[in-house]
Amino acid sequence: MQISDHRLPRCWEVLKTVTDPEIPALSVTDLGMIRGVDVASDGSLCIRLTPTYSGCPATDMLEADILGALDGAGLGPARVQLDLSEAWTTDWMSADGKRKLREYGIAPPQGPACGQYLIPSDGVPCPQCGGGHTRLLSEFGSTACKAQYQCRDCLEPFDYFKCI
Amino acid sequence: MDKALQDSLFTYLLRLGDSQLVLSHRLSEWCGHAPELELDIALANIGLDILGQARTLLTLAGEVEGLGRDEDRLAYQRGEREFKNLLLCEQPNGDFAQTLVRQWFMDHYHQLLFTGLSQSGCAPLAAFGVKSLKEVNYHLRFSSGWVQRLGLGTEESARRTQAAIDELWRFTGELFVSDQVEDALAAAGIIPELSALAPRWAGRIAEQAGQAALTLPERAAYRQGGKQGLHTEHLGYLLAEMQSLQRSYPNMSW
Repeated sequence: MQISDHRLPRCWEVLKTVTDPEIPALSVTDLGMIRGVDVASDGSLCIRLTPTYSGCPATDMLEADILGALDGAGLGPARVQLDLSEAWTTDWMSADGKRKLREYGIAPPQGPACGQYLIPSDGVPCPQCGGGHTRLLSEFGSTACKAQYQCRDCLEPFDYFKCI
Repeated sequence: MDKALQDSLFTYLLRLGDSQLVLSHRLSEWCGHAPELELDIALANIGLDILGQARTLLTLAGEVEGLGRDEDRLAYQRGEREFKNLLLCEQPNGDFAQTLVRQWFMDHYHQLLFTGLSQSGCAPLAAFGVKSLKEVNYHLRFSSGWVQRLGLGTEESARRTQAAIDELWRFTGELFVSDQVEDALAAAGIIPELSALAPRWAGRIAEQAGQAALTLPERAAYRQGGKQGLHTEHLGYLLAEMQSLQRSYPNMSW
């Protein structure tokens, strides 16, 4: 197994372009879902992917998109290996990813995922107007990873990416 | 791992995986029918998490068995007697209170069980425990919050919630009864002792029931048999619906 393979830097560049089907503003690398890229003994690239939620329906699609993008860049054959050894956490989301999430209109996770700070009842800054007077509408939102809030200043409802 | 322990692990993974699969199917039946849009979304979300847990467990079960059966084969091509889920999971949704009480019982159980599984000597099962525990913390907030609201809500909501507790209580004993399968795995450090979870579960349920002005039955004729494949009359209908496509068009895929 080669530790340094000329394909690896390009592979990471390609992975940066594979976006989440539900949140197209974020790539799989922004989300921290790619845990590593290895070169298998047969020379193919092996992408280790950790799903966000157990039941996230986007996982199968992401696998296909990743393979398609790598093939398109001439880096195939490649395969995706689901890595469940460590549970995905919002702590793995990059600072850049959190900024992109906010710009896209979704409030990024507040603070580290320590288990105690599950759902703030208020004080999640509104991604639309930046106001701090917000309230929780529902602990479950349009996808498994989000909760619904409303801003008391601009009155817009918005999604909040839950700490997990 | 010796063959006997491996067989026990396969059976246990089916018990846990089937319980999650059947419970998630029940929750999915609420899609489009919940009292409010937010509740519809919440129940579907919780069902989806639990379905994802079932997929992980049944995939692992197939690998441990080593006969080439994958998650779909195990989910869609086994009959009622081959399903090893807890009886509580297959009970009908009833009204919103009954669904919530069933979920509340299961969420407390899951929280304790998954905490134990996080320490499992079987690495994939430990990873499953850590992952699923994060999800169940959200589920439990939802179900316990609603039991509280319904118990302290109107006379009608309290009556229905109490009726749900009285109806489902007899299925809770099975959660903590172990047979030689679970005893062998607990002795090997692969799963926690189920009997040790019982008093903690009962304590948490009693505390929250008290806060919601609900009472727990003092005794019950506890029902069991689901883990051995002996089910209540409800599972067959659920499987008939869940498996109808694969039964009509065997091995079809899209």
